[in-house]
Amino acid sequence: MHGYACIKKKFMKLNKRNILTTLFSLFIITCFAQDGAVSANDSNFMMSDGKIFVVMSVVVVILIGLFIYLFNLDRKITRLEKNKD
Amino acid sequence: MQQTVRNLFFHVPMWFCMQTLFIISVIYAVRYLSNPNSKYDCYSAEFARTGVVFGVLGLITGAIWANYQWGAPWSGDPKQNGAAIALLIYLAYFVLRGSITDEAKQARLGAVYNIFAFAMLFPTIWILPRMTESLHPGGRGSEGNPGLNPNDTTPEMEMVFLPAIIGWILLGIWISTLFARLRLYKEKIYETK
Repeated sequence: MHGYACIKKKFMKLNKRNILTTLFSLFIITCFAQDGAVSANDSNFMMSDGKIFVVMSVVVVILIGLFIYLFNLDRKITRLEKNKD
Repeated sequence: MQQTVRNLFFHVPMWFCMQTLFIISVIYAVRYLSNPNSKYDCYSAEFARTGVVFGVLGLITGAIWANYQWGAPWSGDPKQNGAAIALLIYLAYFVLRGSITDEAKQARLGAVYNIFAFAMLFPTIWILPRMTESLHPGGRGSEGNPGLNPNDTTPEMEMVFLPAIIGWILLGIWISTLFARLRLYKEKIYETK
Protein backbone atom coordinates (compact mmCIF):
# COMPACT_ATOMS: atom_id res chain seq x y z
CA MET A 1 0.00 0.00 0.00
CA HIS A 2 2.90 2.28 0.84
CA GLY A 3 4.46 1.69 -2.58
CA TYR A 4 1.19 2.49 -4.29
CA ALA A 5 0.80 5.74 -2.37
CA CYS A 6 4.37 6.69 -3.27
CA ILE A 7 3.76 6.09 -6.98
CA LYS A 8 0.52 8.02 -6.77
CA LYS A 9 2.29 10.98 -5.16
CA LYS A 10 4.99 10.95 -7.85
CA PHE A 11 2.35 10.78 -10.56
CA MET A 12 0.50 13.73 -9.06
CA LYS A 13 3.71 15.75 -9.06
CA LEU A 14 4.34 14.89 -12.69
CA ASN A 15 0.76 15.72 -13.52
CA LYS A 16 1.04 19.16 -11.96
CA ARG A 17 4.13 19.89 -14.01
CA ASN A 18 2.38 18.71 -17.18
CA ILE A 19 -0.59 20.95 -16.53
CA LEU A 20 1.68 23.94 -15.98
CA THR A 21 3.60 23.19 -19.20
CA THR A 22 0.37 22.93 -21.14
CA LEU A 23 -0.93 26.16 -19.66
CA PHE A 24 2.24 28.10 -20.43
CA SER A 25 2.41 26.72 -23.96
CA LEU A 26 -1.00 28.29 -24.50
CA PHE A 27 0.62 31.73 -24.15
CA ILE A 28 1.62 31.40 -27.80
CA ILE A 29 -1.97 32.33 -28.57
CA THR A 30 -1.22 35.93 -27.59
CA CYS A 31 0.88 36.17 -30.78
CA PHE A 32 -2.38 36.20 -32.72
CA ALA A 33 -3.99 38.80 -30.49
CA GLN A 34 -3.85 41.61 -33.02
CA ASP A 35 -4.43 39.54 -36.17
CA GLY A 36 -7.89 40.11 -37.51
CA ALA A 37 -8.46 43.04 -35.17
CA VAL A 38 -7.64 45.23 -38.16
CA SER A 39 -10.79 46.13 -40.10
CA ALA A 40 -12.89 43.81 -37.96
CA ASN A 41 -16.03 45.15 -39.56
CA ASP A 42 -15.18 44.12 -43.12
CA SER A 43 -13.56 40.77 -42.48
CA ASN A 44 -15.46 39.53 -39.42
CA PHE A 45 -15.40 35.75 -39.52
CA MET A 46 -19.01 35.43 -38.39
CA MET A 47 -20.16 37.93 -41.02
CA SER A 48 -18.33 36.17 -43.88
CA ASP A 49 -19.95 33.87 -46.45
CA GLY A 50 -23.45 35.22 -45.96
CA LYS A 51 -23.27 34.81 -42.15
CA ILE A 52 -23.48 31.01 -42.51
CA PHE A 53 -21.27 30.63 -39.40
CA VAL A 54 -24.03 32.21 -37.32
CA VAL A 55 -26.19 29.22 -38.27
CA MET A 56 -23.29 26.90 -37.47
CA SER A 57 -22.79 28.37 -34.01
CA VAL A 58 -26.52 28.09 -33.31
CA VAL A 59 -26.46 24.40 -34.26
CA VAL A 60 -23.36 23.80 -32.12
CA VAL A 61 -24.97 25.53 -29.12
CA ILE A 62 -28.12 23.38 -29.41
CA LEU A 63 -26.06 20.19 -29.73
CA ILE A 64 -23.85 21.06 -26.74
CA GLY A 65 -26.92 21.99 -24.68
CA LEU A 66 -28.72 18.73 -25.44
CA PHE A 67 -25.54 16.72 -24.84
CA ILE A 68 -25.06 18.31 -21.41
CA TYR A 69 -28.68 17.47 -20.60
CA LEU A 70 -28.21 13.86 -21.72
CA PHE A 71 -24.91 13.49 -19.81
CA ASN A 72 -26.91 14.58 -16.79
CA LEU A 73 -29.27 11.65 -17.50
CA ASP A 74 -26.28 9.33 -17.82
CA ARG A 75 -25.00 10.47 -14.41
CA LYS A 76 -28.39 9.84 -12.82
CA ILE A 77 -28.53 6.31 -14.27
CA THR A 78 -24.97 5.59 -13.06
CA ARG A 79 -25.87 6.74 -9.55
CA LEU A 80 -28.92 4.47 -9.57
CA GLU A 81 -26.85 1.50 -10.74
CA LYS A 82 -24.33 2.06 -7.93
CA ASN A 83 -27.03 2.36 -5.29
CA LYS A 84 -28.67 -0.87 -6.37
CA ASP A 85 -25.74 -3.03 -5.30
CA MET B 1 -30.83 37.94 -43.35
CA GLN B 2 -28.64 36.15 -45.90
CA GLN B 3 -27.83 32.59 -44.81
CA THR B 4 -28.94 33.17 -41.21
CA VAL B 5 -32.53 32.58 -42.32
CA ARG B 6 -31.60 28.89 -42.06
CA ASN B 7 -31.80 29.34 -38.30
CA LEU B 8 -35.50 28.86 -38.99
CA PHE B 9 -34.84 25.11 -38.77
CA PHE B 10 -33.06 25.35 -35.40
CA HIS B 11 -33.95 28.43 -33.36
CA VAL B 12 -37.67 28.54 -34.15
CA PRO B 13 -38.49 24.83 -33.53
CA MET B 14 -36.95 25.20 -30.03
CA TRP B 15 -39.95 27.35 -29.12
CA PHE B 16 -42.44 25.02 -30.80
CA CYS B 17 -40.93 22.16 -28.84
CA MET B 18 -40.97 24.12 -25.57
CA GLN B 19 -44.64 25.00 -26.06
CA THR B 20 -45.58 21.38 -26.85
CA LEU B 21 -43.71 20.07 -23.81
CA PHE B 22 -45.41 22.62 -21.56
CA ILE B 23 -48.83 21.61 -22.97
CA ILE B 24 -48.10 17.94 -22.18
CA SER B 25 -46.83 18.97 -18.74
CA VAL B 26 -50.01 20.88 -17.89
CA ILE B 27 -52.17 17.98 -19.13
CA TYR B 28 -50.37 15.65 -16.70
CA ALA B 29 -50.72 18.28 -13.95
CA VAL B 30 -54.51 18.35 -14.47
CA ARG B 31 -54.60 14.55 -14.56
CA TYR B 32 -52.69 14.45 -11.28
CA LEU B 33 -55.18 16.79 -9.64
CA SER B 34 -58.14 14.66 -10.74
CA ASN B 35 -56.37 11.39 -9.87
CA PRO B 36 -53.40 11.71 -7.46
CA ASN B 37 -51.05 9.16 -9.00
CA SER B 38 -47.34 9.93 -8.58
CA LYS B 39 -46.77 8.72 -12.15
CA TYR B 40 -48.62 11.76 -13.51
CA ASP B 41 -46.60 14.04 -11.25
CA CYS B 42 -43.33 12.56 -12.54
CA TYR B 43 -44.32 13.07 -16.15
CA SER B 44 -45.58 16.60 -15.47
CA ALA B 45 -42.32 17.67 -13.79
CA GLU B 46 -40.00 16.09 -16.33
CA PHE B 47 -41.87 17.51 -19.33
CA ALA B 48 -41.68 20.96 -17.73
CA ARG B 49 -37.95 20.51 -17.07
CA THR B 50 -37.14 19.55 -20.66
CA GLY B 51 -39.38 22.39 -21.84
CA VAL B 52 -37.27 24.83 -19.83
CA VAL B 53 -34.08 23.36 -21.34
CA PHE B 54 -35.45 23.88 -24.85
CA GLY B 55 -36.59 27.39 -23.90
CA VAL B 56 -33.12 28.29 -22.61
CA LEU B 57 -31.56 26.90 -25.80
CA GLY B 58 -34.05 29.03 -27.76
CA LEU B 59 -32.99 32.13 -25.81
CA ILE B 60 -29.25 31.47 -26.29
CA THR B 61 -29.55 30.70 -30.01
CA GLY B 62 -31.81 33.74 -30.38
CA ALA B 63 -29.20 35.92 -28.68
CA ILE B 64 -26.47 34.64 -31.03
CA TRP B 65 -28.64 35.27 -34.07
CA ALA B 66 -29.67 38.71 -32.79
CA ASN B 67 -26.04 39.66 -32.21
CA TYR B 68 -25.30 39.37 -35.93
CA GLN B 69 -28.71 40.39 -37.26
CA TRP B 70 -29.82 43.22 -34.97
CA GLY B 71 -26.39 44.24 -33.67
CA ALA B 72 -26.86 43.26 -30.02
CA PRO B 73 -27.55 39.96 -28.25
CA TRP B 74 -30.37 41.50 -26.21
CA SER B 75 -32.29 44.50 -27.45
CA GLY B 76 -35.21 44.30 -25.06
CA ASP B 77 -37.47 43.11 -27.86
CA PRO B 78 -40.97 42.30 -26.51
CA LYS B 79 -40.63 38.67 -27.60
CA GLN B 80 -37.24 38.31 -25.93
CA ASN B 81 -38.55 39.82 -22.72
CA GLY B 82 -41.79 37.81 -22.85
CA ALA B 83 -39.96 34.52 -23.38
CA ALA B 84 -37.50 35.32 -20.58
CA ILE B 85 -40.36 36.11 -18.16
CA ALA B 86 -42.21 32.92 -19.15
CA LEU B 87 -39.06 30.89 -18.48
CA LEU B 88 -38.51 32.57 -15.11
CA ILE B 89 -42.08 31.67 -14.13
CA TYR B 90 -41.33 28.04 -15.01
CA LEU B 91 -38.04 28.14 -13.10
CA ALA B 92 -40.04 29.23 -10.05
CA TYR B 93 -42.01 25.98 -10.51
CA PHE B 94 -38.85 24.01 -9.67
CA VAL B 95 -37.98 26.33 -6.80
CA LEU B 96 -41.47 25.72 -5.38
CA ARG B 97 -41.17 21.96 -5.79
CA GLY B 98 -37.71 21.91 -4.27
CA SER B 99 -38.81 23.86 -1.23
CA ILE B 100 -41.49 21.32 -0.20
CA THR B 101 -40.33 18.07 1.35
CA ASP B 102 -43.67 16.32 1.74
CA GLU B 103 -44.10 14.39 -1.53
CA ALA B 104 -47.88 14.51 -1.86
CA LYS B 105 -47.97 18.19 -1.03
CA GLN B 106 -45.10 18.86 -3.42
CA ALA B 107 -46.92 17.15 -6.27
CA ARG B 108 -50.25 18.85 -5.56
CA LEU B 109 -48.88 22.39 -5.18
CA GLY B 110 -46.59 21.76 -8.16
CA ALA B 111 -49.57 20.77 -10.30
CA VAL B 112 -51.53 23.86 -9.28
CA TYR B 113 -48.57 26.14 -9.94
CA ASN B 114 -47.97 24.37 -13.27
CA ILE B 115 -51.45 25.38 -14.42
CA PHE B 116 -50.76 28.97 -13.37
CA ALA B 117 -47.39 28.99 -15.20
CA PHE B 118 -49.06 27.57 -18.30
CA ALA B 119 -51.74 30.25 -18.17
CA MET B 120 -49.00 32.90 -17.95
CA LEU B 121 -47.53 31.66 -21.25
CA PHE B 122 -50.48 33.15 -23.13
CA PRO B 123 -49.91 36.81 -22.26
CA THR B 124 -46.11 36.57 -22.20
CA ILE B 125 -45.42 34.80 -25.48
CA TRP B 126 -48.70 34.70 -27.41
CA ILE B 127 -50.58 37.97 -26.88
CA LEU B 128 -48.38 40.84 -25.67
CA PRO B 129 -45.54 40.46 -28.23
CA ARG B 130 -48.09 40.63 -31.06
CA MET B 131 -49.56 43.88 -29.77
CA THR B 132 -46.30 45.83 -29.73
CA GLU B 133 -43.75 46.72 -32.35
CA SER B 134 -41.06 44.09 -32.54
CA LEU B 135 -37.83 43.20 -34.28
CA HIS B 136 -39.16 39.67 -34.63
CA PRO B 137 -41.64 38.92 -37.38
CA GLY B 138 -45.28 39.04 -36.33
CA GLY B 139 -45.30 42.19 -34.19
CA ARG B 140 -47.46 45.21 -34.92
CA GLY B 141 -46.43 46.64 -38.26
CA SER B 142 -44.41 43.60 -39.38
CA GLU B 143 -45.38 40.76 -41.65
CA GLY B 144 -46.27 37.20 -40.74
CA ASN B 145 -46.59 35.41 -37.41
CA PRO B 146 -43.95 35.05 -34.68
CA GLY B 147 -42.59 31.88 -36.26
CA LEU B 148 -42.42 32.86 -39.88
CA ASN B 149 -42.09 35.93 -42.06
CA PRO B 150 -43.36 35.02 -45.56
CA ASN B 151 -41.09 37.68 -47.10
CA ASP B 152 -37.95 35.97 -45.80
CA THR B 153 -38.77 32.38 -46.64
CA THR B 154 -39.50 30.39 -49.77
CA PRO B 155 -42.09 27.60 -50.15
CA GLU B 156 -39.23 25.10 -50.21
CA MET B 157 -38.03 26.32 -46.83
CA GLU B 158 -41.50 25.98 -45.38
CA MET B 159 -41.56 22.43 -46.73
CA VAL B 160 -38.43 21.66 -44.68
CA PHE B 161 -39.62 23.72 -41.71
CA LEU B 162 -42.61 21.49 -40.89
CA PRO B 163 -40.69 18.18 -40.64
CA ALA B 164 -37.98 20.03 -38.67
CA ILE B 165 -40.58 21.15 -36.12
CA ILE B 166 -42.04 17.64 -35.84
CA GLY B 167 -38.56 16.15 -35.48
CA TRP B 168 -37.46 18.51 -32.70
CA ILE B 169 -40.77 18.05 -30.86
CA LEU B 170 -40.47 14.26 -30.98
CA LEU B 171 -36.86 14.52 -29.74
CA GLY B 172 -38.03 16.68 -26.83
CA ILE B 173 -40.84 14.27 -25.93
CA TRP B 174 -38.49 11.29 -26.10
CA ILE B 175 -35.88 12.90 -23.82
CA SER B 176 -38.58 13.91 -21.31
CA THR B 177 -40.02 10.39 -21.17
CA LEU B 178 -36.51 8.99 -20.57
CA PHE B 179 -36.11 11.25 -17.53
CA ALA B 180 -39.64 10.45 -16.30
CA ARG B 181 -39.15 6.68 -16.68
CA LEU B 182 -35.87 6.83 -14.78
CA ARG B 183 -37.54 8.76 -11.96
CA LEU B 184 -40.47 6.33 -11.77
CA TYR B 185 -38.05 3.38 -11.68
CA LYS B 186 -36.07 5.05 -8.89
CA GLU B 187 -39.26 5.54 -6.86
CA LYS B 188 -40.17 1.89 -7.36
CA ILE B 189 -36.75 0.71 -6.15
CA TYR B 190 -36.84 2.84 -3.01
CA GLU B 191 -40.35 1.62 -2.23
CA THR B 192 -39.30 -2.04 -2.32
CA LYS B 193 -36.17 -1.40 -0.24
